Amino acid sequence: MGFDPGADYPLGRERPELVSTPAGHSLDEITLAAVRDGCIGADDLRATSETLRRQSAVAVAAGRSKLADNLARAAELVSVPAETILDVYTALRPHRSSAGELEAWAARLESEWDAPLTAAFVREAKDVYARRGLLAGERAQV
Amino acid sequence: MPANGRRSERFVSREGRDLRRELLVSPCPELGLVAMDGPSDPEPSLVFEAGRVVEIDGRREPDFDVIDHFLARHGIDPEAAAEAQSLSDDEIARGLVDVDTPRDDLVRISRGLTPARLAHIAARLDPVEMMFALKKLRARRAPANQAHVTNLKDNPALLAADAAEAAARGFAEVETTVGVSRYAPLNAIAILVGSQTGRPGVMTQCAVEERRNLDLAIRGLVTYAETLSVYGTEPVFVDGDDTPWSKAFLGSAYASRGVKVRFTSGGGSEALMGRSLGYSMLYLEARCLAVVRAAGSQGVQNGAISCVALALAVPGGTREILAENLIASWLDLEVASGNDAIASHSEIRKTAKLMGQLLPGTDFVTSGYSVMPRYDNMFGGGNYDADDLEEWMTVQRDWQVDAGIEPAPEDEIVAVRESAARGVQAVFDELGLPPITDDEVEAATFGATSRDLPDRDRGADAEAADGLLARGTSGIDVVRALDARGFADVAEAIVAMQRQRISADYLQTSAVIDATGTVRSAVNDPNQYSGPGSGYRLEGERWECLQALPYVVDPRELVDGEAAGPPVVAETGDATAGDRTDEVVVAVGPAFGDALRSTINGLAHEDVLAALCDGIREEGAEPRLVRVRRSSDVAFIGHDGAVLSGSGIALGLQSKGTAVIHRADLQPLDNLELFGMSPLYSLDSYRAMGRNAAGYALGRPVGPVPTEMDNYARTKLIVKTTLLHARETEAIVPDAPAVELALARGASSRGQSLGRGRTNP
Repeated sequence: MGFDPGADYPLGRERPELVSTPAGHSLDEITLAAVRDGCIGADDLRATSETLRRQSAVAVAAGRSKLADNLARAAELVSVPAETILDVYTALRPHRSSAGELEAWAARLESEWDAPLTAAFVREAKDVYARRGLLAGERAQV
Repeated sequence: MPANGRRSERFVSREGRDLRRELLVSPCPELGLVAMDGPSDPEPSLVFEAGRVVEIDGRREPDFDVIDHFLARHGIDPEAAAEAQSLSDDEIARGLVDVDTPRDDLVRISRGLTPARLAHIAARLDPVEMMFALKKLRARRAPANQAHVTNLKDNPALLAADAAEAAARGFAEVETTVGVSRYAPLNAIAILVGSQTGRPGVMTQCAVEERRNLDLAIRGLVTYAETLSVYGTEPVFVDGDDTPWSKAFLGSAYASRGVKVRFTSGGGSEALMGRSLGYSMLYLEARCLAVVRAAGSQGVQNGAISCVALALAVPGGTREILAENLIASWLDLEVASGNDAIASHSEIRKTAKLMGQLLPGTDFVTSGYSVMPRYDNMFGGGNYDADDLEEWMTVQRDWQVDAGIEPAPEDEIVAVRESAARGVQAVFDELGLPPITDDEVEAATFGATSRDLPDRDRGADAEAADGLLARGTSGIDVVRALDARGFADVAEAIVAMQRQRISADYLQTSAVIDATGTVRSAVNDPNQYSGPGSGYRLEGERWECLQALPYVVDPRELVDGEAAGPPVVAETGDATAGDRTDEVVVAVGPAFGDALRSTINGLAHEDVLAALCDGIREEGAEPRLVRVRRSSDVAFIGHDGAVLSGSGIALGLQSKGTAVIHRADLQPLDNLELFGMSPLYSLDSYRAMGRNAAGYALGRPVGPVPTEMDNYARTKLIVKTTLLHARETEAIVPDAPAVELALARGASSRGQSLGRGRTNP
C-alpha cells in the first residue's frame, strides 16, 4: 500500500511497516530484549532519509511548506557525519568563510552527500553574505 | 515630594512594596524601549517584481539586510501575499477574533504578511481580543507545560528526582542546564532516567552549547532543543554569531538527528544588546518570528523570555508580550510562551501578566516552570517554582483552565522521587561513574533544595563525564544499566523514546508524547476551536483530575462528629414572657448544644453559656436560657429572646458563636450591639457581652464591647461558617415557639451555676 501523507500520521502508529532503522530493523524489533541481547547498536537508533522525507510529505499535506523544506534538508543531512555538519554550521556563521569556501561546501554537499537542497541553501547564503559584508574578512555594513 | 518636604506616610508605605524594587521607564524609542507601534517602525509594504520580492516594509532590495533577504527568499508566499493584499488590516484583525473565520484561513493569510503588517494588525487588538485570538490560533488542541529541572550542585540524584516529579505532575517536557558545561551528559542522563520514571514519553533537553547539544542528541540522551536564538536586527543577529542561514541549517541538522527543535526569540533582546535600531519590541519580534517560520522551525519559545522585565518596564509591555505569542501562533508555530524568567518582584503584576497565556492556553504555558525551589533554579530564578505549585493548581481549578500541571499526593511524589534517584544511582554504578550514595538518594527524595544534599566530588564527576563521552556512551547503555539493575519499566520507557527517534513523528508541529507513546501534534490533534463548545475544553476525567487537589476536603466530613455525646442542654417546656426587670434572656439557636457543640472558634457551647451568664451576673442581672427554634438568623434569635425577656433585653447566640444584644422594641434587623467576629471571640469576650447585656437591662450607660478585627476571618472561615449555619438551619422547627433550656446534667462542671441565681457580690 502506498504512503498517504495526509492520513498515515503518526507513521510509527499508522504505518510502522514503512519505518525502519538505517540498518533495516523494523520498529517492533526495537525492544528491551533486543537491546539486552546486543542486537541493536546505538548508531542504528535514528531516522532514515526516507522517513524524514515522509515526514516532509506529512508537513506538506498539513499545509506547512517551510517545515517541509526544513525536513527535506534534514533528510539530506542524515548521512552527513556530525563533525562535517558542525563544520558546515561554523562555515555559515558570519565572517567565517569566503565566497569560495562556501561554494566549496555547496559543491561537496552536492557531490559527496547528494544534498542539492542544502547546497542551494549554502549558495544563497554565499550570495547574501557577499551583499551584506558577512564573508570572512569583511565588516558588516550597519 | 510636597514642597515642604513632609512625606505622606501612604506614599512612603507604597514605596516599600516589592513593585518599587524595579524601574519603570517612559518610552525611549531611539533605544528600542517602546513596546509596539514605535514611531520609527516602518509602514507595512510588500512589492513583487517578476515574481520576486523587491520591497519589504519600505525597504527596497538594494537596502535589504540579511533578515529581509531571508524573508524575501523563504518568508513570503506570493499567493498568500496576493490574498492578504486584497484585505484591509481591519478585515484581517476582525478575522482573528471572529469564531467563524477558521484558523486555517488566518494561517494561510499570515504567509503573505510582512513583519510590519503582522505587528500592525496584532496591535489593533485589545488584550482580551488577543487572548481570544491566541486561544483560537494555538496549533495543538490541548495546552501543555514545560518544566525546568536544575540544581546548584548539579546533583544527579536530585535532578532525577525533580525530573520524575515533573513528569508525574504532567509536564510534557523537561529542560535542564548545567553549572559546568562538562557535566552536560551526566545531567542529561539524570533527567532522562528521572523523567521516564515519572511518566514514559516526557521529552527532555539539556541547554548547552550547540555542539555539545547535538552530540547529546545523537547519543539519544535528549530529544529536543530550544537553544536556537534569533534576533530582529542584523547587527544583533551577527553579534549572536549567526545568520538566518546558519540558524536554519542548524535546525535541519538537529532534525536530521531526530531532535525536535524550537527556536527562541523575544521582545527586548535587541534593545538589551544595544542594537534595536530604534524599532519597537513587537516589530522586531515579528521579524524574528517571520525568520523562524521561514527557517522551517516547527515552533518557537517566545514572549520576551529572559528580557521580560525589560518589556514590562515600558508602557504596554504585558500586552506586547501577549502580542508576540499571538503572532507566533498565527504563523502556525508551536509556542512555548515564556513565563519562565522572573517577570516582576510584584506577585500581583507577575500573575496578571501570566493570565494572558494561562487563560487562552498555549502549547506550553511556560517555557520552563521551576519544579524545584527558586534557590536551585539555574535559568535565572524561575518565575514560578516549587513553592508556587499549589497556587498554580488552585488557579487552574478556579478558572477551570488546564495549564498543564497535575496534583499528586505526597506519598506518590515521594515514591516516584525515590524511585528515580535509585534509578540514576544504579545507572551511575553500572556505567562506572562516581557513586551516588544512599544519603544522596534519601536527601533527593525528601529534601527541599540541594543544600540538603551532601557535596559530591565535582572534579571526579566532570572527569567521569569526559570519559563517558569518550567511550561513546549512549541511551542504549543507560537502558542496559537500568535493565541489569531491575529497573525494567524505566528501561522499557527509554527504549520507547529511542523508537520515537526512528519514526520521527515528533518533528511535526507542536508534538508531545502521551503516556501510551502516542505522538500528539498539530497534525493529528489540531486546534479546531470554532466557538463555544468546540476545541479543547477542560471537562470530564481531566477536570476531575485537576480539581482533586490533595488539600481539598469534603465539606460533608468537615463538621461530622460535632454532635458527639448527649446534648449539653435540655429543653424544659415552652418559654413564657418573663416579669423580672433585671432579667437578660440568653436566646440560643436551634442547633446549639445539640446538633452543634462548639463555636467556630472551637469554644464548647457549655463554656460559652457559662461565660455569658457569669458576665450577666457580674453586672447584677439574672440570665434566663431559652432556645429559639423557628429561625437560625441571629437577629431573629436575639429579637425573639428580647420579646420574652422581662427587661426587654436579650443576648442572641448562634451555634457558630455570632452574638447580638437585642431589645424588644427594636426592629428585628436592628440591634444594640452585634458581634459578628465569632472566630476571634474568647470566653472573656462572651463574658464582656454578658456584662453589657446586663448593663442595658439595668439601664446603665454601656460602652461597646471592645472587639478585634481580622480582615481575613471571612476568607479563612467562610466555608466553615456556611457549613455550621447549614446545620443550624437544618435544626429549625418551623413556627415552633421558643423553649426554656436547662443545662443537661454532667455536661460541664463549669456550667453548673447556670440557672441557679448566683448573686454577684
